Amino acid sequence: MANIVLDKVTKRFGRVTAVNEMSLEIRDGEFFCVLGPPGAGKTTTLRLIVGLEKPDEGNIIIDGELANEIHPGQRDIAMMFQNLALYPDKTVFDNIAYPLRERKLSKAEIQTKVTAVAKSLYIDHLLQRKPAKLSGGERQRVALGRAMVRQPRATLMDEPLANLDALLRLEMRVELKHRQKEEGSTLVYVTHDQVEAMSMADRIAVLNHGRLQQCDVPDAIYSLPANRFVATVIGSPPTNFITADVSRSNSDLLIGHPAFTLRAAGAGHPLAAALAEQGALPEKTVVGVRPEDIRVFAVNPGPDALPAAVSVIEPLGGETIVDLLVGSDIIKAIVPPAQKLSEAQAVWLRFDPDQIHFFGATSGARLYTTGQTARLVCAGRSA
Amino acid sequence: MASIRLENLRKAFGPVVAVDTLSLEIPDGEFAALLGPSGCGKTTTMNMIAGLEVPTSGSIYFNNQDMTRVPAGKRGVGFVFQNYAIFTHMTVEDNIGFGLKLSGAKPDVIKREVRAIAELLQITSMLPVNAGRLSINDMQKVALGRSMIMKPGIFLLDEPFSNLDAAFREYMRGELKRIQRRLGQTMIYVTHDQVEAMSMADKIAVMYCGELYQFGSPDEIYNWPVNQFVARFIGSPNMNFINCAYRVENGQAMLVQKAGGATLPVDNQRRQLLDAAVNADQLVLGIRPEHLTLSAGRTADSLWEGLVYAIEPLGPKTIVHLKVGDDLLQAIGPASYRPRVGERQYIGLDLARTHVFDGKTRAVIR
Repeated sequence: MANIVLDKVTKRFGRVTAVNEMSLEIRDGEFFCVLGPPGAGKTTTLRLIVGLEKPDEGNIIIDGELANEIHPGQRDIAMMFQNLALYPDKTVFDNIAYPLRERKLSKAEIQTKVTAVAKSLYIDHLLQRKPAKLSGGERQRVALGRAMVRQPRATLMDEPLANLDALLRLEMRVELKHRQKEEGSTLVYVTHDQVEAMSMADRIAVLNHGRLQQCDVPDAIYSLPANRFVATVIGSPPTNFITADVSRSNSDLLIGHPAFTLRAAGAGHPLAAALAEQGALPEKTVVGVRPEDIRVFAVNPGPDALPAAVSVIEPLGGETIVDLLVGSDIIKAIVPPAQKLSEAQAVWLRFDPDQIHFFGATSGARLYTTGQTARLVCAGRSA
Repeated sequence: MASIRLENLRKAFGPVVAVDTLSLEIPDGEFAALLGPSGCGKTTTMNMIAGLEVPTSGSIYFNNQDMTRVPAGKRGVGFVFQNYAIFTHMTVEDNIGFGLKLSGAKPDVIKREVRAIAELLQITSMLPVNAGRLSINDMQKVALGRSMIMKPGIFLLDEPFSNLDAAFREYMRGELKRIQRRLGQTMIYVTHDQVEAMSMADKIAVMYCGELYQFGSPDEIYNWPVNQFVARFIGSPNMNFINCAYRVENGQAMLVQKAGGATLPVDNQRRQLLDAAVNADQLVLGIRPEHLTLSAGRTADSLWEGLVYAIEPLGPKTIVHLKVGDDLLQAIGPASYRPRVGERQYIGLDLARTHVFDGKTRAVIR
């Protein structure tokens, strides 16, 4: 049970700034994911929280108490590393019991707690074995058990499922989430895998180059990404980006591309104000559309559809990804497996009018997302 | 350009049989994938096609010509491995042109060909750059270019993208397929990643423990798996499996779940197969998550009930994990579907999309 606050925390290693003015709050009982590519500062963030690193600037506050100078052992925060660090000469039981013995719990208490944790992780039949006699997945669960058994204020995990095969990873994902919710413990989970983060987390902090890009619930990160980086990291395939020209026609704002025009009608349309990051209207903007927000038609459904050509088709079984040539841009769309298309076929596209994002051409920040209130009018241009 | 035929190909390393009597045919210009977990024999198979390993028995034909004993250098085969073999002290241009230069091509020809390949791979701007300064992603593109420029009739790739980050891998799937279509080469792609195989290949060979389990189009492999292994290996989230027994009560044929007692009606066609099945007491029902439908209230389609165990919101869809009896099943719900943990759900099944496997042999009965 813990509330953890990072207040403008900076950590440098020589000339490298690993964590740069990071501010975030991890709430009591939350499943909190820290997501980012290698080198984003995820592991350093975790080490700062547990106390293995001291911040150069800023504060770490645990349950309202300034923790910068508190020794890791006194913080009551458990950390599970990617390489597990099990004791090879101890049985599974003794490995899990270790943190309890450190705290001088009674024998009976240790017995009860270890058995309960082992049962919930389906390793109660392995308690007398040594780690060397276990499969990779079983070892992973022993390490999980050891991290969970003493019910610390918070548990930190660094890519705990990275070494497991795909099927076991899926199973453990569900198990971990289920257990965390049942116990109501605070869990901070580091991963580079957006599917893991999206599927497990109550909230996600997306990091890049040591900086926090966005911290929010999965739905918000997915549907309202703060910038192009977040829109790329979340979603598979990632958001399509199409650079387009910005111009005015009377009182309307036009977003022009060789294959389509998006028209924001009327001087009062909020798009114009949103795009004017620097006060004036820019020449270019980047249109972002997710593959799942594009519909593909074999027959022209109307003047609002834009012309495209099928480049290649990637069937995945449950869904099909289509690579489409739009002007000279290649974008990806997801279509149902029953929709049969062929390479080089001429098709027409419709973007979901409520899910079109606009990003700054240089800043990369998301400036506007269409919604029901102020729609854009799309017009296809003949190829 | 060449077609490939493998006939009863076998490779043993001492007592270990890496590839066991493998036969398959890849037509000229097709994109084939060898798919399986590590140790399934896919790399050994590729090495034999390349000429890097000599088969213990069996034959390899290119364009109906026996190549089994032809040395690697004379097979007209190009390959790219996981570890990009490029010269880091040379420019990208010299790297890509290296093979042509060795073969004695004229400088202006080399220049032209290198340009063409670089354009195809979208690395034209990097040509004057020292290869050692490139990102890992771009190095692998250069490695592809180096091999491609020799225009081999057969192009072999062994997990070329497995060291690269997920976003680049996803991007290269489309790129590689486009390039293969453009060049028209016969391509064999070795991978353990079913998504790569499904998305790129015209045909997939699913291998396990040296054995070819199934060879077919992505559509066939996904919709008509020949056994429980293929069914489990292909698709994500993976197929649900429920241990069942076949029962006929009062003339009604059905499958009965062992860990709960949920039942599934059996139509006449399946009934004939199950009446003849040897292990009718040990069956496994398979159904993919996207063929289950969920609702909070009972509907005409509701066949089973389950309790929500966990929810995984993935953005465009939601994976819902359910306890049905003691079996844990996965279903796919729409983007905004958010039942609470512990809530009851009514489950509809697309019966035509269910599979029945023999619980002992794991072969499909259907």
